Amino acid sequence: MVYLQLFYEFFKTGLFSVGGGMATVPFLQNMVSKTGWFTFGELADMIAVAESTPGPLGVNMATYVGYTVGLQYHGVAGGILGAVDATVGLVLPSVIVILIIARILQKFRESKYVEAAFYGLRPASAGLIGAAGISIILIAFFRVENIYQLFSAGKFNIGQVILAAVLLYLTRYCKKTKKLHPIYFILLSAVIGVICQFGAVA
Amino acid sequence: MNMLVDLFLTFARVGVMTFGGGYAMLPILEREVCDNKKWAEPAELMDYYAIGQCTPGVIAVNVATFLGSKIRGTIGAVVATAGMVFPSLVIITVIAALISNFSDLMWVQNAFAGIRVCVCVLIFNAVVKLWKAAVVDARAFVIFAVVLLGSVFLNLSPVVYVLLAGVAGIGLQIKKIPDKKS
Repeated sequence: MVYLQLFYEFFKTGLFSVGGGMATVPFLQNMVSKTGWFTFGELADMIAVAESTPGPLGVNMATYVGYTVGLQYHGVAGGILGAVDATVGLVLPSVIVILIIARILQKFRESKYVEAAFYGLRPASAGLIGAAGISIILIAFFRVENIYQLFSAGKFNIGQVILAAVLLYLTRYCKKTKKLHPIYFILLSAVIGVICQFGAVA
Repeated sequence: MNMLVDLFLTFARVGVMTFGGGYAMLPILEREVCDNKKWAEPAELMDYYAIGQCTPGVIAVNVATFLGSKIRGTIGAVVATAGMVFPSLVIITVIAALISNFSDLMWVQNAFAGIRVCVCVLIFNAVVKLWKAAVVDARAFVIFAVVLLGSVFLNLSPVVYVLLAGVAGIGLQIKKIPDKKS
C-alpha cells in the first residue's frame, strides 16, 4: 500500500530532521534510492518550487513529493491523497513532540541532556544537508547520481559554472542583493537557463 | 467568531504570507499573533522559536503547534498546525499538477537546468549558516566531517547519523555543562 509507506517515510522525516526545511532534504534523498518514486533531478526541481512558493519549505516539499508519488499510482485523485498523506505524516511527529514539550517546558529548557544532545545534532544536521547539497551539485553540473559515477561523467556546461559563481557573489557578498528573497535568484537562473539552453548538454 | 475558526484562518494567513518558512515567518507571526490578536507576548514567541528550531520537524509547524496549544490546548495545537499547512497543500498541489503537464517542453527543461544551479547555491548558503552555529570546536567539526563524508560515500539512512550524533553529543558534552538549577 503506497500511501502507508508514504506516510511512514514522512513520519520518519518529521521525527528525525532537525534544523528547519533544508534538513528534510537528506531524508528525501534517501527516499529516492530506497523507493525510486522520483529522481535526484526531480528532487532538485522540487526544492526550487518549494522555495519559490508560499509556506514552510519542509511542508511544501512533503506536499510536492506526496502529489508526485500519488499521481503515478492513481492519477490526480491519487496525487491529492498523496499530498495530504505525506504532509500529515511530516507534521504529526512535530505536533506530538511539541505538545509533550509544552507540558514540561521548564524542565526541557534546563535539561543538560537536551543541551548536550544538540551539541552533537547541530553539526550532524549541517553535515547531512551538506551531503545532500553535494548530490544535487553532481546531478546539476555533471548529470550523475552518485560520487562513484563522477569519474565517468561526461562534459559539463561551463555556463552553469559561471552562473553558480555569479549567484554565490550575489547571495553572499554583494550588499545590495544578498538580503533579497531566494525567489529572485531562482527566477534569474530560470531565465538564464532558457536563454543559454542549459538543458541541452547531456 | 468561533475561536477555532479564527485560529485556523490566522495561521493560514501566516502560511500564505511566508516564503521559505523558518525565520522569514517571525515578523509576520509577531504582527498577526502578538500585535493583532494579542494571543502571546513577543518574548514567548521567541522562546517558542528557540525550542521549535531545536526540536524535530519543520520550524514553522513547531511554532504553530506551540502557539495553538498555548491558546486553546491540544485541539488548538491541531487547528493552528492545520491552518499553517493548508495554503501549502492547495498551492503546491496546483503547481505540481501544472508542472507535470509541462515538464516535457524543452524550455521548461532549460529553465530547470538553470534553477538547479541556484538550488546548489541556496543549499550551500544554508550549510554555511548552520555551520556557524553548529561547528563550535574541533569535536563538533569531527562530527560534521564524519556525517558529511559518511553520507556522501555510504548509502545509510540519515536516521542513523541523527541518533549517533545525539548520543555522541551527550557522551562528549554532558560533563562540560554546569548545573543550571540554582
